[in-house]
Amino acid sequence: MEIKKTALAGTLESSDIQILITKGTKGIEIELESDVKKQFGDQICQAISETLKGFGISQAKIKAVDKGALDCVIKARTIAAIQRATNASEELDWRAI
Amino acid sequence: MKNNVNRQLDENLMNKLGYQPFQGTDIGNPIKQRVAPKVRISTGNDKLVDSLEDVVKKTVKDGMTISFHHHFRNGDFVFNKVMRIIIDLGIKGLTLAPSSLTGVMNELVIEGIKKGTITNITSSGMRGSLGDFISHGNLENPVIFRSHGGRARAIENGEIKIDVAFLGVPNADRLGNANGRFGDAVFGSLGYALMDAQYADQVVLITDNVVPYPNTPASIKQTQVDYVVKIDQVGDPDKIGSGATRFTKDPKELKIAEMVNKVIVNSPYFKNDFSFQTGSGGAALAVTRYLRQSMIDAGVKASFALGGITKPTTDLLKEGLVRRVMDVQDFDKGAADSMHSNPNQQEIDASWYADADNKGAMVDQLDVVILSALEIDTKFNVNVMTGSDGIIRGAIGGHQDAATAKLTIICAPLVRGRIATVTPDVTTVVTPGDSVDVLVTEVGIAVNPKRKDLVSILSKVKGLPLYSIEELQQLAEKQVGTSKKLEYHDKVVALIEYRDGSIIDQVKQIKD
Repeated sequence: MEIKKTALAGTLESSDIQILITKGTKGIEIELESDVKKQFGDQICQAISETLKGFGISQAKIKAVDKGALDCVIKARTIAAIQRATNASEELDWRAI
Repeated sequence: MKNNVNRQLDENLMNKLGYQPFQGTDIGNPIKQRVAPKVRISTGNDKLVDSLEDVVKKTVKDGMTISFHHHFRNGDFVFNKVMRIIIDLGIKGLTLAPSSLTGVMNELVIEGIKKGTITNITSSGMRGSLGDFISHGNLENPVIFRSHGGRARAIENGEIKIDVAFLGVPNADRLGNANGRFGDAVFGSLGYALMDAQYADQVVLITDNVVPYPNTPASIKQTQVDYVVKIDQVGDPDKIGSGATRFTKDPKELKIAEMVNKVIVNSPYFKNDFSFQTGSGGAALAVTRYLRQSMIDAGVKASFALGGITKPTTDLLKEGLVRRVMDVQDFDKGAADSMHSNPNQQEIDASWYADADNKGAMVDQLDVVILSALEIDTKFNVNVMTGSDGIIRGAIGGHQDAATAKLTIICAPLVRGRIATVTPDVTTVVTPGDSVDVLVTEVGIAVNPKRKDLVSILSKVKGLPLYSIEELQQLAEKQVGTSKKLEYHDKVVALIEYRDGSIIDQVKQIKD
């Protein structure tokens, strides 16, 4: 699947994460801002990139601002951002979810 | 070198500073020598001065130890006024020994360190930009963190020798009789500052309110004071404390508070004339509300409430549910106001409150204490000093001291955001697990296996799901995932003293 436009999902509330997806050309690039980056940075990036993989996305730039979100939240926000970025929010790809 | 809570300590540093590793919580009955301050003789007619700068010039010299109290909290004007003058005068090599450091002091402490004005710090804690600055190794000598009782002990035995104490007060007469109860910037008890007034070689009172002589009640006395300086304003009343500490509405904290109350009420200590202390923090404070109802229902009255006092506690005093409030510090204006209307609210100094090297401190008589935690580990060790990112962002306060109570309850949510509160090993040990009895989280409680009596009592109480602390730790880890180990440089940026003066842990410089 291809990123068609820049899209955003999530808030900056505590325990949430904000995911911004834009087009990319160098594979999956993730820029992460998080208070728990030292302890959980790798896990957060892994949750995001696995979700992208599930949708067959191999080229994208992600800016993630994390406020202590759990993995389930990270995945949900990433899915929402992907669907907005691929113009698929009206017809959800349930299989990828 | 490892101590008795299995913490690795820097042996060279320990030897250089003459420190012993932490052994245990038992103090025993040793005999200790205390020190006495120098006294500059005066009839008292020359104390009142207008210029803070002149007093600083007269009293502070390179290499001295200076002190402040933190009763004004984030409404403090005194610290920054004095430090500005000291830094601008180019004084070097000072040891800063306040009762604690609040956020409003951070900027000038950092400037003082950068300019060589401050080369050593001892405090109860620090937060925000200063904690970050210290954690990144920007002060050459390690900060010494002491509990409120530990500071009192160190002042009494000369480990902290204060050359000049700058003490802000909301009122004073021209000879230095002062209290914390009247004036614009009132904060109630002067508990921590009383140590400085008693033991510093030179005591400078700073006030915006010079009252007719003689001023009573005199918490600080004219026999202790060298100078009284009049300035425009000592503090911002709105930032010292709110009118009344409000109860949390967070359902998680309320659930914890309710369970804490169940633990207390079902314990053998809940009977007439019991005593208690509640720490600060949402859940700990909310316990007072549940406890009040339980006391009324059971017809039980408390002999005393101890420590940092809030309006909910002084309300219990007013209602006759508590016979005395022993008050070292007031967290809100309601508690501070109650102090001059209620003679049963006794001001106590930090030594009387919590000093281990004493002929009996209040904490030694304490039945129940409710404390909070940043982290607690499977050995029941508690961290209230560093975040799980390894950055200093807390204070010992009276944690180690009050934890010696007969029933020490730690209340904390299982996780905060993505941070597990119950961990395999805390980032920094502040209070040893030996003095902790029960952990209460929103999912249930864990009892220190050493307290078989409590396990057998509490396992029978409805609505108190009993887990092992390992189970709670695993539950937390399941929610947030396994955190990656922090990396540190070799440099030790802070030492944590136990209340007896031994070292319970060290904090190393964080790697970014």
